[in-house]
Amino acid sequence: MRISMKGINKSFGGNPVLRNAQFDLADGEIHALVGENGAGKSTLMKILTGVYKRDSGEIFVDGKPVNFSHPKEAEASGIVFIYQEINAMPDLSVTENMFIGREIQNRFGVLDQAEMERQSRQIFQRLGVQIPVKKTMGELSIGQQQMVEIARALMVNAKVLILDEPTAAMTLEETKILFHILGDLKKKGVSSIYISHRLEEIFEICDRVTVLRDGQYIGTNRITETDMNNLIKMMIGREIGERFPVRHCKIGKTVLQVKNLTHKGIFQDVSFNVRAGEVLGVSGLMGAGRTEIMQAIFGYLPHDSGNLYVLGKRVEIHSPEQAKKLGIGFITEDRKTEGLMLQDTIQKNIGLPNLERISQHGVLDAKKDAKMVQSAIRDLSIRCSGPTEMCENLSGGNQQKVVFAKWIFINPKILILDEPTRGVDIGAKIEIYNIINRLAENGVAIIMVSSELPEIIGMSDRVMVVHEGRIAGILDNLSGDNSTDHQKVMQENIMILATGGKLE
Amino acid sequence: MNEKIENKNRVKTNSTLQSLGSLIALAGLVIIFSIISSNFRSINNILALLKQASVNALIAFGMTGVILTGGIDLSVGSTLALTSMLCAAMVRGDIPPILAMLIVLLLGLGFGSLSGILVTKGRLQPFIATLITMTVFRGITMIFSNGMPMSNLGEDPFLTGIGKGTLLLIPVPVWVMIVMFALFFFVLNKTTFGRRIYATGSNEKAARLAGVNTNKTKLIVYIASGFTATLAGLILLSRLGSAQPTIGTGYEMDAIAAVALGGTSMSGGRGKIYGTLIGVIIIAVLNNGLNIMNVSSYYQDVVKGIVILLAVLSDRNR
Repeated sequence: MRISMKGINKSFGGNPVLRNAQFDLADGEIHALVGENGAGKSTLMKILTGVYKRDSGEIFVDGKPVNFSHPKEAEASGIVFIYQEINAMPDLSVTENMFIGREIQNRFGVLDQAEMERQSRQIFQRLGVQIPVKKTMGELSIGQQQMVEIARALMVNAKVLILDEPTAAMTLEETKILFHILGDLKKKGVSSIYISHRLEEIFEICDRVTVLRDGQYIGTNRITETDMNNLIKMMIGREIGERFPVRHCKIGKTVLQVKNLTHKGIFQDVSFNVRAGEVLGVSGLMGAGRTEIMQAIFGYLPHDSGNLYVLGKRVEIHSPEQAKKLGIGFITEDRKTEGLMLQDTIQKNIGLPNLERISQHGVLDAKKDAKMVQSAIRDLSIRCSGPTEMCENLSGGNQQKVVFAKWIFINPKILILDEPTRGVDIGAKIEIYNIINRLAENGVAIIMVSSELPEIIGMSDRVMVVHEGRIAGILDNLSGDNSTDHQKVMQENIMILATGGKLE
Repeated sequence: MNEKIENKNRVKTNSTLQSLGSLIALAGLVIIFSIISSNFRSINNILALLKQASVNALIAFGMTGVILTGGIDLSVGSTLALTSMLCAAMVRGDIPPILAMLIVLLLGLGFGSLSGILVTKGRLQPFIATLITMTVFRGITMIFSNGMPMSNLGEDPFLTGIGKGTLLLIPVPVWVMIVMFALFFFVLNKTTFGRRIYATGSNEKAARLAGVNTNKTKLIVYIASGFTATLAGLILLSRLGSAQPTIGTGYEMDAIAAVALGGTSMSGGRGKIYGTLIGVIIIAVLNNGLNIMNVSSYYQDVVKGIVILLAVLSDRNR
């Protein structure tokens, strides 16, 4: 199926989001659609599938003009949008989810459970994935849920799949399976439009790439005719310099030492240390226990045994409150549900871990409060209309900066970062790397959990790899060595350890 | 990916406007009743109205704190009955009334903490936890009193004063209401504890991860609710001159209605104590005005329901 969108304009409340945007999809290709947050990628795709109505412009499918007024109509023509936030019903079974709205009934009008399960199984088999069809959706991993959505799309004979950040919450293993599926589908003539922030992935599986910036079409390239730097330049409209800015740090003494930390069934015998001014990267497959180890250090999750030492002194941490008092900050994986009060102001969010600082005897000092938030907005260049802006109105990158601000003001000795740049666009990513570097240069010991290997390798002094709840190894990363050889070796070694292998 | 523009359509909650709908409703009601009835607009009637409002106000203040953390306290009516019964018994047992009143206020803290412990340590949903305490407290009141009212409490200046006295021309219960309002206003808006209350209701997980002891916060709001319910009970005891075992039945609903009228979100995190005060006064004005107009109490309930609906709708549509 060929799709051509031309001269698309769209405004929300007088605010132009797309200006003369265009997009072109050929038969049997995987076409990446990239751009920073707010560039208009999702909006463009939602216009294609009829979620939004365009203000002007034309859309042709196989040369014929179309005008979908509802995603159902697009689906009927074979264009299926697989959203980033999965719209599944977590309490229903996989089969029930697959057949919602088009259940199979026998001739008495009773649901034919067996037939639906058979068809579900068949399609998973075709995709080459193992998903138990009777399990409830909520029991599956995000990656598996994504597979179910794709399977669902194939059941309606999709000819074009639109995938919005499909790998954001996938393990490497799941990502591999997804890529394999997309490649297979391509051979069968099913095209994909692939929206992702992870440029590495685009170079791995896409045929062409279209770049949007500020709602405008910037260009389309064959993937073989462009490179990472060029793509980034197109996305943000300027040179960004180093993707991972260099850090000039003196690594000091050990600040945090973890000894034999264990939570039965989740992680065992975890021992490591972090030094002042050091960034310790933590890698591993999703579900390996990385986040849980960090939560236990922060007192959010209990531990059964093991000891923690801060600056050589043994400490007890059983609640985030205690951790905070010891100078430990924790920037959580999911800023929307764990990091922020989305429907509250920037000011209230930043104030929350710093209440002692902005009050006297429990009474708030409005001046100190205002001063703190203003310096946060300035120092971290949080783009907002002011301290009373609701956090839900901020872009992902700016939300993340608010989360950083929350913890910077407690003057942490140790800062734990769990996926600090997830869902953040390239420009903001670099700003966040700079913030991390600045903190390290001020002597903060930093633990950074990340699923993005380039980030781990680009930012860490050492890399700790977690496999099934155990430390598989800690690798020295010659930071500053940006040669591709070094990166390749690191990447391979990390993968070997993360999947349970041994290094020679 | 979150496109910023898409969020622009969302309603921005402006805290000063949050309870505007209720304020308009209140003004409207006052104007209507004032036109219809000259009795309504007399100073004496307004003072009587505020005096009547004070009991619900105190309970609703405590309720606001609980609801702001994302909880609910159904036990307030039973707490009120139990503590006023215990107070009456102590007074009859020749304990000095002022001492009896102080003791039951402490007990009120304790009863509130029971709900709080069930919610925090027991990890029960607030609705269930306080349904339990509501039922049990009422049962204990019945057992203790044998289902009979307890009267003949004498003429102690403190005990009669708190419900029936006046100070500087204004009834004492109204003073109590004003003082507690000021206290709640201060704590919720000007203290770190207030911020913790809002944070707990807004996003409990995020609050915990920011080092807020959310369990402690929740425990304290239930304790405060037990306290304000007890205070309300003492005012009623004083006014009636006897402790009734069935008193306070359904009071939790009036308090919740007032909180809702005031624009506080039932899921916690957002709301204002002055909104609750407006809500309380709306309900009192309705009761008072409809009584003056001789509307039967059956119709009164229907009217109350409709007013709540209109106020809440008008808040949402802005």
